[in-house]
Amino acid sequence: MKKLGFYPGCSLKGSSSEYAQSVLAVAKAFDLELTEINDWNCCGATAAHNMNKELALSLSARILALAEKQGMTEVVVPCAACYNRLTVTQHELNKDEALKQRVSDIIEMPISGNLQILNVMQLIDKYVADRLEEKVTTPFGHKVACYYGCLLVRPHNILQFDRLEDPQSMDILMKRSGAEPIAWGFKTECCGAGFSVSRTDVVAKLSGNIVKDAADRGAEAIIVACPMCQSNLDMRRPQINEYLKQKIDIPVLYITQAIGLAVGLSPKEVGLQKHFVPVEFSEQH
Amino acid sequence: MIANQKSILELQQHTGVNVNRCYQCGKCSAGCQLADEMDFPPSMVMHMLQTRDEELFQQLLNSKTIWLCVSCQNCIERCPMSIDIPQIMDYLREKSAGEHKINHQSRDIVAFHRAFLDSIKYTGRLYEIGLIAGYKTRTFHLTQDVKLAPKMYAKGKLPLVPEMIKGTRNIKGIFSRTKH
Amino acid sequence: MSKIGVFICHCGENISATVDCEKVAAEAGKMEGVEFATDYKYMCSDPGQTLIKNAIKEKGLTGVVVGACSPRMHEPTFRKACAEAGLNPYLCEMSNLREHCSWVHEKNEQTTEKAIDLVKMLVEKVKKNKPLNAIKVPITKKALVIGGGIAGIQAALDIANAGQQVIMVEKEPSIGGHMSQLSETFPTLDCSQCILTPRMVEVAQHPNITLYTYAELEHLDGFIGNFKATIRLKAKSVDYKLCTGCGLCTTKCPSKKIPSEFNEGLGMRTAIYTPFPQAVPNKPVIDRANCTYYQKGKCKVCEKVCPTGAIQYDLPDQFITEDIGAVVIATGFNVLKTDFFPEYGYGKYADVLTGLQFERLASASGPTLGEIRRPSDGQIPKKIVFIACSGSRDPAKGIPYCSKICCMYTAKHAMLYQHKVHDGESYVFYMDIRAGGKNYEEFVRRAIEDDGVNYIRGRVARIYEKGGKYIVKGADTLLGSKPVEIEADMVVLATAGVSNPGAEELAQKMHVSYDAYKFFAEAHPKLKPVETNTAGIFLCGACQAPKDIPETVGMASGAAAKVIGLFSNSELTREPLIAVVNRSAPPVFSTCVGCCMCQTACPYNAIEREEIKGRDGSVIKTVAKVNPGLCQGCGTCVAFCRSKAIDMQGFSNEQMFAEVMALLNE
Repeated sequence: MKKLGFYPGCSLKGSSSEYAQSVLAVAKAFDLELTEINDWNCCGATAAHNMNKELALSLSARILALAEKQGMTEVVVPCAACYNRLTVTQHELNKDEALKQRVSDIIEMPISGNLQILNVMQLIDKYVADRLEEKVTTPFGHKVACYYGCLLVRPHNILQFDRLEDPQSMDILMKRSGAEPIAWGFKTECCGAGFSVSRTDVVAKLSGNIVKDAADRGAEAIIVACPMCQSNLDMRRPQINEYLKQKIDIPVLYITQAIGLAVGLSPKEVGLQKHFVPVEFSEQH
Repeated sequence: MIANQKSILELQQHTGVNVNRCYQCGKCSAGCQLADEMDFPPSMVMHMLQTRDEELFQQLLNSKTIWLCVSCQNCIERCPMSIDIPQIMDYLREKSAGEHKINHQSRDIVAFHRAFLDSIKYTGRLYEIGLIAGYKTRTFHLTQDVKLAPKMYAKGKLPLVPEMIKGTRNIKGIFSRTKH
Repeated sequence: MSKIGVFICHCGENISATVDCEKVAAEAGKMEGVEFATDYKYMCSDPGQTLIKNAIKEKGLTGVVVGACSPRMHEPTFRKACAEAGLNPYLCEMSNLREHCSWVHEKNEQTTEKAIDLVKMLVEKVKKNKPLNAIKVPITKKALVIGGGIAGIQAALDIANAGQQVIMVEKEPSIGGHMSQLSETFPTLDCSQCILTPRMVEVAQHPNITLYTYAELEHLDGFIGNFKATIRLKAKSVDYKLCTGCGLCTTKCPSKKIPSEFNEGLGMRTAIYTPFPQAVPNKPVIDRANCTYYQKGKCKVCEKVCPTGAIQYDLPDQFITEDIGAVVIATGFNVLKTDFFPEYGYGKYADVLTGLQFERLASASGPTLGEIRRPSDGQIPKKIVFIACSGSRDPAKGIPYCSKICCMYTAKHAMLYQHKVHDGESYVFYMDIRAGGKNYEEFVRRAIEDDGVNYIRGRVARIYEKGGKYIVKGADTLLGSKPVEIEADMVVLATAGVSNPGAEELAQKMHVSYDAYKFFAEAHPKLKPVETNTAGIFLCGACQAPKDIPETVGMASGAAAKVIGLFSNSELTREPLIAVVNRSAPPVFSTCVGCCMCQTACPYNAIEREEIKGRDGSVIKTVAKVNPGLCQGCGTCVAFCRSKAIDMQGFSNEQMFAEVMALLNE
């Protein structure tokens, strides 16, 4: 059994608990053991980044330092925002030794900066990809719009994940899980991110454009890998529909939920009951 | 026009961006998802900085733009000159907050950020109920999303008790050592 | 006993402002072997030169040192003056007191001291100088023109019309280049093919021009006036002596689905094909990579239908060698393809085109016979967007330079569209309109004022397809950078002009410099625009940088004039500053041991082996020999020679050591 470090992040412990649940269930199905970083803290997210850069770096650095201290070499970070913050932080520290020293002093821990930070697509691609198709028992036979958002692909030169515009990695995995990924126009457009509470109107508009394009092109589900995107597209659906003046009810699934269903996990095991937009598919498929 | 090299020099020093490299093609504004909401779209911000006009610089510190930027990075990724506008926005935000020049209409956004940071300062992790409570007391938006919370709770998405990490002292230390 | 004359120039005040020229002359006068020393305000002027000439005659000088500017500037001047006074010109040396001393130091004692040292070094060197004679080489009066586009055509015709022989090599099956693909040309809107095809025919029929199409330069040896070119004649699989160009084979060929290069992939061609109806020569070739017979071993339809039995499947590539005296590079340029642009769909949208593709749509000889129709569904686009600077002025992903031609052809495209689709709307996203040129600005104004093209100042962030429309998201920077969204039926990218894929390899084959973008480099950006840094090799057209037709034609005529000038002499004079292998009397013959390390070291292939034979014809010794025509005098061989048998004329070890010792023996 392959053992990897695991950083769930705050959302996966609260509002996106079904993401954590499905990540762990899929990992288990593929004989991967994810060990949570002991005593991890919040990465600081947009708030820290926007208000105080040094604080943002330090909060993320503490997580990296803890993982290193606990002997981890690879850490799985399912939340796209956390994945972005941790990867960017490690990059910034590695390119500036003086900064690394300063941050190390702030967090009172040494940091070497050589962790492999994997998002779920990278995790699946690296450890599961060649076994995925044979494990699929109930193909996810629906048209899906794979939505990547900002944080998985940008900044491209640091994250080095997939191609910048029209990325493909999620589409490929969904196809292997029996789904039919569609070509659409909003794969990497922003959903409104952290404005969910403070500027719900902005989220309704940006997420509305995304949901509408997916719906217009016949998607039966939107697949995501970011708790922020999921909650904006799912939990804010009433506001979205109000903005669009249209009732769109296509569900928003985490990629691990979709893959979990394909490899035979039950809807409950991957936490589908926790969604606001009910995950139901019409019978024609 | 009051030209002031100092503000721009400081900005360039902190961000490493030479504002003169922008040749005003407008591609950043064209791709910016929030440009419609902004008082100054990103390419305008660049031009305002290029003028070295102190009055315009102050307008930026007081703008809605800097708080509306979600750091989605579309601008820099498509910029033909690779100008790090997100970095400039970071700088202007910190300066705006530090000099108490936060745009009046953007206070909700800042209140949310502050409530968020308060929450993690004391527990190490985000405590969503605490975050919302903190946000509401800061903004007096007391009735916002009142129907949502019980639903979230019912779906097991809203733990009532905060998760306290062991290293809270360490976290507080980080907050105090990074306080400007 | 040496009698050296030293002449110190003030160069106006360029030298005398920081160097005490009188003192330098006075000190030089005291140096051993110096017969005469003086200074003068402008030594290169007529009185200055007379001063030198008179001193040579009156004092019987055996060597001259001029302390003045760079030898690159005036060495020929002073050597000529010496020769006129009867002194061998290679007994004249220049000490660079301006660039190496006065311009780079403050005015003080040490600066003058340094000037004295510099003069002293050359005094010691010139004592060891030997008289040398210029090398004369014959010239082969035949030019090789590489590339058969408008640049190559113009250069070839100019040279041929001056009575000289030309060989033209074109890699495609027909000459004509990009110009033959264009619809109408700015700023006059005359039809490109109408003005080009007569010239193509003229090339084919000109008695002084030998045309090799479907051919490439394989190898180039030699030097100015005496090149040897090996040309690969790619197998056409058709015997052109028998082929009448009737075209039956191309109509019957069953492989009809090959994207046509000439139509930029917007039309199809067959496996045996002529690129376009007006091709020169108007005879087909078989594209073996796409031919059923070559790939699967069956078919041979073309052979069956050919009335003259011209099809020859087994014809291999052939190589021919030609002696030539000059080369004109006219290999042209390329444009980025739509798949280069991530934000514009990575090339996956059928109706997002390059400018060159739009030319084919607008051309009467194109796949739609000149009607503007969408490649995806054949509909006439009612709303069209042109995006200038696609890849140009984009250091991040494309190229940092301006491609120069796009502003004009985009205005032309929009104009042609409005002329052809009367109820259509056209939009041009631009950053600056660069319309410098005769009648160019007026042309752009016409597009805007008379034809109603909408110019929007801003760049496009992205394009995506929705419901058969292309959503173009741009901004209008003149409206405060307001985002602009246009639902277009067709989008045309003014894609950047870039170098040809094979340019770098070709440049290396010919030892010609190229720039960071793989464009061929001119010898001087202002004063030698059609020369390369290799003597005898010239360039013209867009292989040097993107340029329009008038500029290309002007440059081609310029390159032709240079070739004609070169060919106007029967012999070529070269500097004798080359390497030589020493020779001496038997039984030693030479200190060269024949290891020929020099041969491997020589970058110009100028060293060969020579066998020294006895009276009976038996080989006594093998030594290295320098071909004086090829040697460029770089000196690499001298450094490599283990037996010190090879030396540089004019820069011998002895001379160099004398210079160094002059400094050390203070």
